[in-house]
Amino acid sequence: MGCFLTNSSLGRKLVMSISGCFLLLFITFHMAMNLVAIFSADAYNWICEMLGANWYALVGTAVLAGGVLVHFAYAFWLTWQNRKARGNVRYAVTVTEKGVSWASKNMLLLGVIVFLGLAMHLSHFWAKMQLVELMGGHEVVLTDGSVVAPTDGAAIIQYTFSQWYNVVLYLVWFAALWLHLTHGVWSMLQTVGWANDKWYPRLKCLSGIVATLIFGGFAIVVVWFYVQSLCGGCPCCA
Amino acid sequence: MNFTLKIWRQKDAHSKGEFKEYQVKDISSDTSFLEMLDILNNDLVHKGEEPVAFDHDCREGICGMCSLHINGHAHGPSQAVTTCQIYMRQFKDGQTIVVEPWRSAAFPVIKDLVVNRGAYDQILQAGGFISVRTNSVPDGNAIPIAKADADESMDAAACVGCGACAATCKNGSAMLFVAARVSSLAKLPQGRVEGARRAKAMVAKMDELGFGNCTNTGACQAECPKSISIAHIARLNREFLCAKLED
Ligand code: HEM
Ligand code: FES
Repeated sequence: MGCFLTNSSLGRKLVMSISGCFLLLFITFHMAMNLVAIFSADAYNWICEMLGANWYALVGTAVLAGGVLVHFAYAFWLTWQNRKARGNVRYAVTVTEKGVSWASKNMLLLGVIVFLGLAMHLSHFWAKMQLVELMGGHEVVLTDGSVVAPTDGAAIIQYTFSQWYNVVLYLVWFAALWLHLTHGVWSMLQTVGWANDKWYPRLKCLSGIVATLIFGGFAIVVVWFYVQSLCGGCPCCA
Repeated sequence: MNFTLKIWRQKDAHSKGEFKEYQVKDISSDTSFLEMLDILNNDLVHKGEEPVAFDHDCREGICGMCSLHINGHAHGPSQAVTTCQIYMRQFKDGQTIVVEPWRSAAFPVIKDLVVNRGAYDQILQAGGFISVRTNSVPDGNAIPIAKADADESMDAAACVGCGACAATCKNGSAMLFVAARVSSLAKLPQGRVEGARRAKAMVAKMDELGFGNCTNTGACQAECPKSISIAHIARLNREFLCAKLED
């Protein structure tokens, strides 16, 4: 039983699907949590403190890292096998077949962009928050020299997205995630057999909605803080 | 009509192949694609050259023997037909047509455009059958079958096993073929008896033969000459996963 998840193509796909679903659930939670920062810095920081250096947050972080690693490792493993199955000689002429999305053929590329974005994101936030707390630190020095508490997530958000290049990088990252999910969501259901001809249009529509909600939810926070930084202490945002 | 053909020529399985260019002239628009290749071969034989080897049998879209990757499409540019069912009127006069064999590690080239599709036969042998008593023929109508189930089974059974799915798939996956075989039997009471064993055995054989992992791009159903739906892949996934969970 344990081994069909490694030695059968359908078992490996199942691992891909379940780990993808797990990441999707996490990312939905994360997106919802970020939205709180728009409404109240205090409420957001209360969440940050809850998810700081305590045992359940650490277990959560470890499980999450495991999920990413499994998804990532299987993605490369499957893609490597698939390239081998395709053979050494490639077609001289290729086309995009009818009804086939670009994203579906470039899931690994999109995933790698998501992964790189993740590394950037962890260096911006996790390394300044949970990691600092773990090391017993009580303050973080930002690149502009200002000092904040590692639990002051709202301040770190504000600082990160006052820089235009971070805004651009994050939006590119979210766009890759959007594309990954436009295929990923319905593909994950197809992999566990939860699809049929009647449901394909609905599932693909659902994927678009889920991907767009997640993109929108993340993007609005980034853009909100950037716009706020532009108009600095003007009365309307103060 | 006149055409420039770029055809993959390869002496045998071990030789390195390459594209060769040929001109065919004064082809009637109602000539079928394979007849056009016959005309080319006739010319080549007259010139003392080796004719182009390609697979074909019934030439009416039922046997699944013809193949060919034509201008980027398995079975040519038309939807829902086999190569033997396409006609030169579907191309433009003067067009260059690139003809390649199926490209998939599990379908090695034997010669020119002919590939070995024995891997599909091996998958079928692993489970694409039902066990029945050899006795007097049972009454075909003795077991009532819902029309919707019979229809779905027949849709899946339309698969001719030509290999276009694996040849098209960027992952070299044979899932559409295996799914069609599993699905056509899974929808009928006669096929249910061995359902779990069949799904596991055929998937295991497919993996063993080196076909890739499906990533649900849907390219196979777009190029399938019988328009087999990937809904059958979803059913195969259900059959397989349920069978595995019972283990
Ligand atoms: C770490 C970087 C990532 C890489 C390299 C990656 C790569 C892949 C690949 C290659 C697939 C298989 C394509 C397919 O089967 O259709 C896939 C599927 C999927 N991914 Fe990712 N991905 C990454 C991150 C993510 C994240 C962060 C999420 C969630 C928000 C996610 C959600 C999914 C889902 C839902 C599927 C569909 C599963 C299925 O087809 O059965 N992925 N990913
Ligand atoms: S030759 Fe029989 S299907 Fe084309």
